[in-house]
Amino acid sequence: MLRYVLRRLAWAVPTLVLVTFLVYVALRIGTNPVESYKRINPRATPAKIQQYIDVNGLDPNYVRGYFRWLVNFVTLDWPRSIKGSREVWPQLKDALANTLRLGTAASAVGIVAGLMLGVFAALRPGGRRDVAVNTAAFVGISIPPYVSAILLQLLFAVYWSRWFGSTLFPTSGVYPPGQMGFDLGLMLKHMVLPTVVVAIQIIAVYSRYMRSSLLDVLSSEYMRTARSKGISERRVLFKHGLRNALIPVVTIAALDIGSIVGGLIITENIFSYPGMGKYFLSAFGEGDFPLLMPWMVIIVASILIFNLVADVSYAWLDPRIRLD
Amino acid sequence: MAFNRFVSHRAAVVSVFILATLVIFVALSPLTARYGVNDAVQAPPNYFLSPRANAWLGTDDIGRDLYSRLIYGVRVSLVIGLFSAIISVVIGCLVGAVAGFRGGRFDDIVMRITDLFLAFPFLVTLLVMRNMLGAISWLTPVIGKLSSVRFIIVLFSIFGWMGVARIVRGQVLALKEREFIEAARAVGASRWYIVRRHLLPNSIGPIMVALTFSVVSAIIGESTLAFFGYGPQAGDGATSLGILVGQAKGAVNTGFWWLALFPCLTLVTIALTINFIGDALRDATDPRMQKEE
Repeated sequence: MLRYVLRRLAWAVPTLVLVTFLVYVALRIGTNPVESYKRINPRATPAKIQQYIDVNGLDPNYVRGYFRWLVNFVTLDWPRSIKGSREVWPQLKDALANTLRLGTAASAVGIVAGLMLGVFAALRPGGRRDVAVNTAAFVGISIPPYVSAILLQLLFAVYWSRWFGSTLFPTSGVYPPGQMGFDLGLMLKHMVLPTVVVAIQIIAVYSRYMRSSLLDVLSSEYMRTARSKGISERRVLFKHGLRNALIPVVTIAALDIGSIVGGLIITENIFSYPGMGKYFLSAFGEGDFPLLMPWMVIIVASILIFNLVADVSYAWLDPRIRLD
Repeated sequence: MAFNRFVSHRAAVVSVFILATLVIFVALSPLTARYGVNDAVQAPPNYFLSPRANAWLGTDDIGRDLYSRLIYGVRVSLVIGLFSAIISVVIGCLVGAVAGFRGGRFDDIVMRITDLFLAFPFLVTLLVMRNMLGAISWLTPVIGKLSSVRFIIVLFSIFGWMGVARIVRGQVLALKEREFIEAARAVGASRWYIVRRHLLPNSIGPIMVALTFSVVSAIIGESTLAFFGYGPQAGDGATSLGILVGQAKGAVNTGFWWLALFPCLTLVTIALTINFIGDALRDATDPRMQKEE
């Protein structure tokens, strides 16, 4: 197992290099970093522009340019952002922390609720509860996040205070404007609506996964064996049924958590939540190459790492699968 | 038999009726719409009127009828959804069938590329690819300008085929070990013949399902792009569901609820009905279900 993990990690490095190279080329063609620099800093001297080209590895030759960028990136000599010439890492760090907080909360709520609903539906397949959960899951899947976000905003930003006289949940940011320092209560209050929006989708997807996975397990031979041994139905369900049904779900969850780092773009943008998604959209809008590349590296790295986590957890949970 | 199973999915039957009504309404748009796309319902003051007799669903910031605009908008969105789904299914079937049937290096490369693209956050890939394709000037005559409907269709076709290819490949991998394929090979049928006459027709169920889901994802994708201002532009007074939902963003803090509610409801209705139909198609064509009867 350890050898497998090490080998996969060794492979992850060339993959990361290749993918970031492709991203580098795509961004250079798509956002034209030099032009963006000139547009945002119209009075930059030619020497300044040349320096910008050098530190960002924007050589006309893509391969040479990429490796110059890579050397600077690895030695932590990161160029400053185009707009306002600010350090990249502090911004990126804050955005990552905010997104991880929102992502963890939404995943936890969504996965737990989704699994419970899935089990609830699978216990009587075809029954009324099953149909209700299934239909609800379909509605959840069919609602794009910005639709639920807009409708929730409309309700809480405008109509709630009109009807009840006080605001219940704030609809933008992490803190009210002007707030300094840390305040857990306020922070949680601001997270409620974005969490709900993201969790709706997660609940819908996971209730379906869990339902079909549990149905597969329930119809398997070893369930019949367990029942014929005379174990109580409760024990059969929890010890044999649920544990086995969770194995594929855990694997999918690992993959999903890896993609959540970049996957909250829509929700974050609507709720002006300062996370990775908002960071990306504003940087992309400005064509801010020095901000975009480290963001991309983090996204690719998290996908690669959680892919590995998914594979390893699968082998670890299911003794029938061996990695070698 | 497959038809009976489809009909037994009650939500899907209702969905077919709703969707058919919607499509007929939209296809007859010059008749069913009450005003032109850009016509004001009455002389000013006519902006932000709430729903009333001469504007059933209210008016927008410059006094245009939301109901009529929704009909024209859905028309554009359905065109985008249908065309990009058809193109992606055709490409996806070919690539998936060849990859699954030949295996080897081609299969490896195609599936790696697919994994890579599908692993990235959808919106990021879409935006980066959009800008990249738009910046390559010699492609413009072929795929249209950055903000045109044609460009959006090309963009979604480039993405859409990958999911389809994965499904078809899996299906072909399962089918190619079956006896009738071996029999066809034994009598000397060419590879292309086997793919065309045996593998693809036997995968028609999953392909149809993939088609319906591609339509949904293209429609939702278009709305997402338009929502962030990267979608087709409202040139010549044209509109799309995405543009209308995008306008809802501005309506939120001012309390013009109709501008947010109706476009959102339309979008969700379309997505939900097509999803239900896809689900029923899957149930109806799944060979595992056939055995149970």
